[in-house]
Amino acid sequence: MPNEIVLSMKNISKTFPGVRALDHVDFTLRSGEIHALMGENGAGKSTLIKVLTGVEEFESGEIKIEVGSQTIINHSPQEAQEHGISTVYQEVNLCPNLSVAENLFIGREPKRAGLIDWKTMNRKATELLSKLDMNIDVTKALENYSIALQQMIAIARAVDMSAKVLILDEPTSSLDDNEVEKLFRLMRRLKADGVGIIFVTHFLEQVYEVCDKITVLRNGGLVGEYETEKLPRVQLVAKMMGKDFDDLEAIKKVGKTAGKSSEPVIDAKGIGRQGTIKPYDLQIRKGEVIGLSGLLGSGRSELARSLYGADKPDSGELKVSGKTVVLHTPRDAMMAGMAYLPENRKEEGIVADLSVRENLILALQAKRGMFHPIGSKEQEELANKYVKLLQIKTASLDTPVRSLSGGNQQKVILGRWLLTDPDFLILDEPTRGIDVGTKTEIQKLVVQLAKEGVTVMFISSEIEEMIRTCSRMAVLRDREKVSELIEEELDQNHIMKAIAGGGTDE
Amino acid sequence: MNKGKAFIKRLTGYRLFLPLFCLVLVLFSNLIKTPGFFEVTIKNGVLYGYIIDVINRASDLVILAVGMTLVVAASGGTDISVGAVMSVAGAVCCFILSGGQQSVNEFVNPYILGVLAAVLAGILCGCFNGFLVAKLKIQPMVATLILFTAGRGIAQLITKGQITYIRVESYKMLGSSIPGIPIPTPVFVALIVVLLTYVLLKKTTLGLYIQTVGINAKASKLMGIKSSMIIFLSYVFCGLCAGISGLVASSRIYSADANNIGLNLELDAILAVALGGNSLAGGKFSLLGSVIGAYTIQALSTTLYAMGVSPDQIPVYKAIVVVVIVALQSTELKRMVSKLQMNIKSGKKVA
Repeated sequence: MPNEIVLSMKNISKTFPGVRALDHVDFTLRSGEIHALMGENGAGKSTLIKVLTGVEEFESGEIKIEVGSQTIINHSPQEAQEHGISTVYQEVNLCPNLSVAENLFIGREPKRAGLIDWKTMNRKATELLSKLDMNIDVTKALENYSIALQQMIAIARAVDMSAKVLILDEPTSSLDDNEVEKLFRLMRRLKADGVGIIFVTHFLEQVYEVCDKITVLRNGGLVGEYETEKLPRVQLVAKMMGKDFDDLEAIKKVGKTAGKSSEPVIDAKGIGRQGTIKPYDLQIRKGEVIGLSGLLGSGRSELARSLYGADKPDSGELKVSGKTVVLHTPRDAMMAGMAYLPENRKEEGIVADLSVRENLILALQAKRGMFHPIGSKEQEELANKYVKLLQIKTASLDTPVRSLSGGNQQKVILGRWLLTDPDFLILDEPTRGIDVGTKTEIQKLVVQLAKEGVTVMFISSEIEEMIRTCSRMAVLRDREKVSELIEEELDQNHIMKAIAGGGTDE
Repeated sequence: MNKGKAFIKRLTGYRLFLPLFCLVLVLFSNLIKTPGFFEVTIKNGVLYGYIIDVINRASDLVILAVGMTLVVAASGGTDISVGAVMSVAGAVCCFILSGGQQSVNEFVNPYILGVLAAVLAGILCGCFNGFLVAKLKIQPMVATLILFTAGRGIAQLITKGQITYIRVESYKMLGSSIPGIPIPTPVFVALIVVLLTYVLLKKTTLGLYIQTVGINAKASKLMGIKSSMIIFLSYVFCGLCAGISGLVASSRIYSADANNIGLNLELDAILAVALGGNSLAGGKFSLLGSVIGAYTIQALSTTLYAMGVSPDQIPVYKAIVVVVIVALQSTELKRMVSKLQMNIKSGKKVA
């Protein structure tokens, strides 16, 4: 039963240098409601959340908690928390070296005689987590658990602070289906308890699965608030993009049979690394787009990293274009014509304080070597070319890359690798946390690159995306390559079966 | 009016505006107390005056600050051994030139040999620090603490616990002046070090790499930039700078005084980097900022001397001014001030 309003934001405006980030945006949340906040990158979702939680200041407008209450302004996330607004971000914001229990109760530890009461704390932590189907050792450091579990723990912490408003900012982007389902169960329970949940996500399916209402933003402005049932998907996408959406289907299966006859670009025999990926054989031909599929933690990234020399394999033999090579470091791999777009954009991709231009040319510069600096004129030309080619939205080439939206940051990193003119491009979750429009652009680009003769390895958690772009797929399970799927086998059912195991590979 | 405002806005938006502003402020504060501060006279063919003193005496620190800037940028840590490394370099040089005697009136070995040995000693110390930090991943503060404490001991060993004097005119030139040139030699040495470093950073990609490694070491690894190598190199370079600085300091007193050469200078060097508006957490840096910072520190010391503050009390005043300067550059303070201004403005409107 949707009840009274718990949060209302009216006429919120906010300007960043040169950009109108929010333009008179309204947002209303009722108790016991799961409300999706949708929009492309740069639409203003993150800014709205940041304004609400006091990370950023806003220029005009008002925020009210509950009807008729005082207008509030949060100056910090702590203050927002005191007002009953808790947030769980896409990147886990907990302390990895503290125990799970400490993370759950940090800043509000149960005390006895002024000292932390460890026993009570650990007991309470265990109780809290077991309520949410997480039976883990709470005295272990957080970093011992997978990102997915850390995410769940962060949510548990937010929930436990008896929030009236819970903001989930892209919580599902690093969870696998099973975990997403658990999270949804949890969200529905909270909803029944009367918590208002703001759910920011890029996954359309998830929106339709759990959300009651959808608010759409575009370019900092409010498009509208809709009831989920009454808004068909196609229309939602159209509203987000502000135009009739040429459906993702448009790029379909191109170049599926490409490069069948040609020599393998990559020929791996028995490559493996103790503890990360079991020895595997893999042949990839020129112009092929090979997908790596599997559940979270199945060894997809590990396989890619072992090829790239990021984590040096301890067994096996690798041939690149017919020549046996030993890749000690990523630089060796780059010299052999490889490029690797890492899974974790923030930690391993962007160099936040450097400019767009510098971020773009870095890999090429590293490839050329320290004593052959790229002249400023050439840098500008190259950077301009790729900003245009990839349609990177940036104020200028000298803007620090940190001030770009997530999707545009990803494009910068993609551009960085394209600049090195690779023969073999590894893309590890290139579309994670990115809006639908950019996703399509990247998918199209991958297909285009393959046509031009670049060999691509594509890793994604979204099976549909993989089916659309890949010509072949390797499936991994439990850190082992278990099967390969080609052509007619490339459909949801086959892939699901292969991932789940039992039958296909026996 | 608007034009003027825009100009001021552009000026204050310039990255080095605040460090420069602070330096100018310190210098001009003398106009009140010591009107003769900016007077320059010529004695025995050499320029004299407080302002010359600032430029001259700051040279050792400028050289150190250059090396420190790179270490801070690449590793997000500091090299606290530079003062001790200076004394090692001084001791090595004097040992070579004196052939192990306590006091000589002419070189026992060629001068150039002593200089090269001193620079090499600095580089070796830098290699040691770099190895500990970059390869063994020991925290920079702890790693450089080893030479910080052991360095002066090593210097004492070399000089056998004595102060080694090199009473040769040509040895004094590096620290004082060369006949016929009115400007003190250390000024040139500092200038050359700064210029060469600048060219090195620009002509190779070392500057870009150092910043990249300092901001995101993981990303740089995947791009084929070896962060451990870059960090190692920055420590080696810092050792080299300390060696050169040690030579200048030793030449000033034409001796190797293991206990006093470069004493406490490592802290000033770190402070110079910070005063230059550089983050001690590493990443983006401005070499020029650190140089300005170094001159500011010396300007402050000389100003206090000129005002007749007793040497014992100088650290207190210095501390006060440093706090003010650092606060001036703090973005947090700026935010607080602008908020206060807004509150006052809106308060007026309501009234």
